[in-house]
Amino acid sequence: MGIRERLSGNEASAMAMKQINPDVVPAFPITPSTEIPQYFSTFVSNGSVDTEFVAVESEHSAMSACIGAEAAGARAMTATSANGLSLMWEMIYIASSLRLPIVMSLVNRAVSGPLNIHNDHSDAMGVRDAGWIMLFSENNQEAYDNLIMAHRIAENKDVMLPLMVCQDGFITSHSIENIELIEDEKVKEFVGTYKPEHYLLNNKEPIAVGPLDVQSYLFEHKYQQAEAMRNAKKVILQVAEDFEKMTGRKYSFFEEYKLDDAEIAIVCMNSTAGTTKFVVDELRNKGIKAGLLKIRVFRPFPAEEVAKALSHLKAIAVMDKADSLNAAGGALFSDITSAMYVNNANVPTVNYVYGIGGRDTTSKDINIIFSDLQEIVNSGKVENPYRYVGLRKE
Amino acid sequence: MKDLIEIRWHGRGGQGAKTASLLLADAAFNTGKYIQGFPEYGPERMGAPLTAYNRISNTPIRIHSNIYEPDYVVVVDDSLLECVDVTAGLKEDGAIVINTTKDAEYLFKVLKDYKGSIYTIDARKISLETLGNYFPNTPMLAAIIKVSGIMNDEELIKDMQGSFKHKFAKKPEVIDGNMKALERALKEVNKIR
Repeated sequence: MGIRERLSGNEASAMAMKQINPDVVPAFPITPSTEIPQYFSTFVSNGSVDTEFVAVESEHSAMSACIGAEAAGARAMTATSANGLSLMWEMIYIASSLRLPIVMSLVNRAVSGPLNIHNDHSDAMGVRDAGWIMLFSENNQEAYDNLIMAHRIAENKDVMLPLMVCQDGFITSHSIENIELIEDEKVKEFVGTYKPEHYLLNNKEPIAVGPLDVQSYLFEHKYQQAEAMRNAKKVILQVAEDFEKMTGRKYSFFEEYKLDDAEIAIVCMNSTAGTTKFVVDELRNKGIKAGLLKIRVFRPFPAEEVAKALSHLKAIAVMDKADSLNAAGGALFSDITSAMYVNNANVPTVNYVYGIGGRDTTSKDINIIFSDLQEIVNSGKVENPYRYVGLRKE
Repeated sequence: MKDLIEIRWHGRGGQGAKTASLLLADAAFNTGKYIQGFPEYGPERMGAPLTAYNRISNTPIRIHSNIYEPDYVVVVDDSLLECVDVTAGLKEDGAIVINTTKDAEYLFKVLKDYKGSIYTIDARKISLETLGNYFPNTPMLAAIIKVSGIMNDEELIKDMQGSFKHKFAKKPEVIDGNMKALERALKEVNKIR
């Protein structure tokens, strides 16, 4: 049995880091980072972890120090948000291309312009093609569980990719909720010790990390990264299976909520999935066959599996908490519709951009989307696939 | 208690409305409930109007949005009554709890169309007399728990003794004052309507 607790999403993530007890945590410990390094630094001061905490002067340095530590053979973790991630941008790509299994907590917040510190997914969407595994979390429990599973996935020899665990800024990061924690010794056993195959501090095998990679090699190295991402799919499921044995909590690429016999469904990520479940239950009580597909694993993208899970529906709404500003639709919408097309699943699908810059997403908004979907089913027509919900029109 | 209780707090930055919502979440958690406690983050300035929320439920809570139709509203600073629509969406079978010394006539006037129950408490007086300073959150916490019936007086007193010992581990001299504030608030919350 786990330990019944109440923690904010930030506290839960810091708790997972404490139980993982990484070798090195470099972090820029103020805004635009998160409370996570702040909580974690108290664990360092109290001596409850052995971690070397490096208070760096910027997020660019935070990621650089993670890269240095991992290349040396250590296990490194960090946390950030929004513009903190933007400042890491250059090093985000270096981390994945050097195949360093760094684990980062990303508390999703709007990338500024104009200044906004509230929740949306524009930070995560900016790095979706950077070669990181990306897990999304509905609540504090999932943010915690995803972090506990993270190293087993990232450090697998067939994967060796960095991984970020996302959760919604403020909505779950600063909300106190119930959580079931896993006992320290069980986490320690589950996560295991990091034993890198090649590392800089191995004096029996001198290596170079990150030298010039010219025309004759880079393509092949990128292919290997892509292969690693494909391999990650199998590993993610294996780790989830072991995790379920330990906790009873089941994880996969995505969660299907009342989707089996659904006629209309929403696809979304993070905390909005909880609000959608609430609305799905209300609609089911009225006899409306509504369902939800909540993406947990966004990178690698489970295209074939998603297409299969959605193929029986009569209409689908994909919710994007970041606008791609491309006059065509959001990132999740593009991924879902391309997965459906390639896998010959033909279901009318519409996109809703929502919740930008912390705009509250209510059960009313979700109800509007489901009633729009019913209209699409009845009329058989999709007037405009690129829509907004919660946007003031005046 | 109903299966799900939703509470909205109105205070001003620096008065502890956020802390009070977190303490309420804690207290309810300790009686075995599922809880949410979260402030609405805006520009954080001392004295600026601030909103915080609680959901308290017998079953897991999945909804993640602000609360628009609360069962209860707590107003920590009565100067907000004339500038914030504190009863917006408040259910008629719920109640509003206000930290004030204003009379019923004034309250009926500022709360306009609101027809539900009104409770008041002089948290300033209680706080000054028990803590020697103005910290309204402990009396307001006691008042909302009393009015909403989330737990009974004995449960609350026992639970808060533990919480305060933990919260004030570094300044144990304030534990007694807070306990007194809590006990007095339970007695002094006053039903106007």
